[in-house]
Amino acid sequence: MVRNLLIAALVVAVVGTGYWGYREHQEKNAILIHAENNYQRAFHDLAYQIDLLHDKLGATLAMNSHASLSPALAEVWKIASEAHSDVGQLPLSLLPFNKTQEFLSKIGEFSYRTAVRDLEKEPLTEEEHKTLEALYKSAGAIRQELRNVQHLVLENNLRWMDVELALATNDEKGDNIIIDGLKAVEKNVDTFSSSSEFGPSFIGLANEEKGFVRAKGRPISKDEAKRIAREFLGLKGTEKIKVTDSGNGADERFYSLTIHDPKTKGDIYMDVTKNGGYPIWALNSRPIGKPKISLHEAANRGMAFLRRHQFTGFELYDSTQYDNVAVLTFVKSENGVRIYPEAIQMKVALDNGHVVGFTARDYLSSSIPRPLPKPTLTVEAAKKKLNPHLKVMEERQAVIMNDLQKPVLCYEFLGTLGDETYQLFINAATGLEEKVEKLESVEPNYR
Amino acid sequence: MARKWVLFIALAVWTCIYPSGHAFAFSPQVIQRGAVGDDVIELQARLQYLGFYNGKIDGVFGWRTYWALRNFQYEYGLPVDGLAGSETKRKLVNASKYYEQFVKEQIRQGNDFTHYGGIPLSQQVKKRGGGSSRAAKTTASNVPKGFSQNDIRLMANAVYGEARGEPYIGQVAVAAVILNRLEHPSFPDTVAGVIFQPGAFTAVADGQIWLTPNETAKKAVLDAINGWDPTGGAIYYFNPATATSAWIWSRPQIKRIGNHIFCK
Repeated sequence: MVRNLLIAALVVAVVGTGYWGYREHQEKNAILIHAENNYQRAFHDLAYQIDLLHDKLGATLAMNSHASLSPALAEVWKIASEAHSDVGQLPLSLLPFNKTQEFLSKIGEFSYRTAVRDLEKEPLTEEEHKTLEALYKSAGAIRQELRNVQHLVLENNLRWMDVELALATNDEKGDNIIIDGLKAVEKNVDTFSSSSEFGPSFIGLANEEKGFVRAKGRPISKDEAKRIAREFLGLKGTEKIKVTDSGNGADERFYSLTIHDPKTKGDIYMDVTKNGGYPIWALNSRPIGKPKISLHEAANRGMAFLRRHQFTGFELYDSTQYDNVAVLTFVKSENGVRIYPEAIQMKVALDNGHVVGFTARDYLSSSIPRPLPKPTLTVEAAKKKLNPHLKVMEERQAVIMNDLQKPVLCYEFLGTLGDETYQLFINAATGLEEKVEKLESVEPNYR
Repeated sequence: MARKWVLFIALAVWTCIYPSGHAFAFSPQVIQRGAVGDDVIELQARLQYLGFYNGKIDGVFGWRTYWALRNFQYEYGLPVDGLAGSETKRKLVNASKYYEQFVKEQIRQGNDFTHYGGIPLSQQVKKRGGGSSRAAKTTASNVPKGFSQNDIRLMANAVYGEARGEPYIGQVAVAAVILNRLEHPSFPDTVAGVIFQPGAFTAVADGQIWLTPNETAKKAVLDAINGWDPTGGAIYYFNPATATSAWIWSRPQIKRIGNHIFCK
């Protein structure tokens, strides 16, 4: 009797476990298929977009009327941006696929710039035509490769999940068709990019590396770096300081300092350039207590700190209170002209008014030529270029970097339109509206 | 400093003689754009009482408050500098009333309300369901340009999932890498696009991104957004003890922070 009962219980248990396992398996498969489908969509969509990109670029080559060229270039921009987003959704971060993404991003930038330009007044140059032709050719090559990979994927029922697995486990077998195919695409783009088809005039991608042009002087030693840190941060001398060299990948040589004070909680970190020993940035991680001084007082202390360390001619541009710290932005100002690229950010603790953060990266890497040009337009003429509904509240001269990453002298206007505040920059030589920004720094809390 | 105290005492005595809405008025601080807190709530309420300020009384000194204050300074013959110093505050307290209890109560209950002069307070409240026992604090926050509180939270999630065991600077560095990728042509150009790019972050792949981030992670994100980049422009990082990909070792290395090596 007992035996029979036991057998029955065991049978129920085995059947139950089996059923449970089956369900788990089903669910896991469903999720895998779901993820796989997402990858497949991104990939096939990418192939389609590149196809379209190639066609559209081909069409722009044949166009002669400016009226049809502008919208066509705008469409190229849109397609390139969608293809770029598709690449971002594929599991490729472990595979070198940067060049392809960079290529798409460059096409986007090129087509955007030419599309928004008034081609009636400023038609495509000979060089730009050549760039378009080159883009067309290389889009064709990428398309060919991608279509090939796509065919193999469909023919052999290849799954992206396997690619992901192969990449993650660093499978060296090297017979993964998708990986090989994409490597071929990448190689294709690489030969294109290195031949600099975009021409020398095509600059200004966001990652343009400039280096610290201001950091001149003889190389300093580690001990000198320590001394600079002590002086700059106002240390007592009892702290332990660890100095390390920057790696080979750094654009400019610098020392990284970690300053440990046994008495306080939290370390101070700082980078100093090797040439000349300029502080690049510093950050104090100590806990900050309840605010005791005002934002205004903090701004004054920040300014005093700058003066004490020979940063002269700066004025406060922006100040923001985050709980118990003030974040301040100072910009260089010469004869009333604000030079926005030469900015220094600081953090001041509101519990005791001490500087807890400093970064001069922008200032050190900015190379605005001096003397500054004189405006050829009058303020009144510049004002006429503004939207007539805008109520101008403040005006001054300022230097900014424009869309092409060139420094330009502008008239800056702060004005209101309805409830919003705007910052507008009108080129002081050409009257071009270089930049318009809506200023908004307050967001209601969500409940 | 001593002069400030004299002014403050004078102000305090003066407000006692002429009670205006409430016995207390402003702390002695000079209030400037970007400030948050009780003084800003009072400043906005008083400016609204006089009809200069039509925005929300939220306790954050933004651009609308700034222009309202400047208009007030202009109308009342004060130097127009957008700073609420002792003289400006004195004239403002003199000219307006501040029903602190009313204002604080509305904020605590989460109601939409205004504080105009000449209209009964009871007509200036729009009840909103839900909000009952909240602290009578500011109802808005300063956010860095181009980022919302939710973007910051999403980044804090990623930083916490990726680097919660790292020193503070290592957390700022991870946030800085996310921001460097936003700018880089080889990567997606939205915060979500970068974070959720398949295979980009292990914390996303194994679900640790959904742990609740602590204050340190949020602070690290804010520092990175405000311009601190400890990595010197890195777009990759890896833990040399656990990295499996040979490719990542081929990237030019910039520096090591904590357990991570940052590279181009």
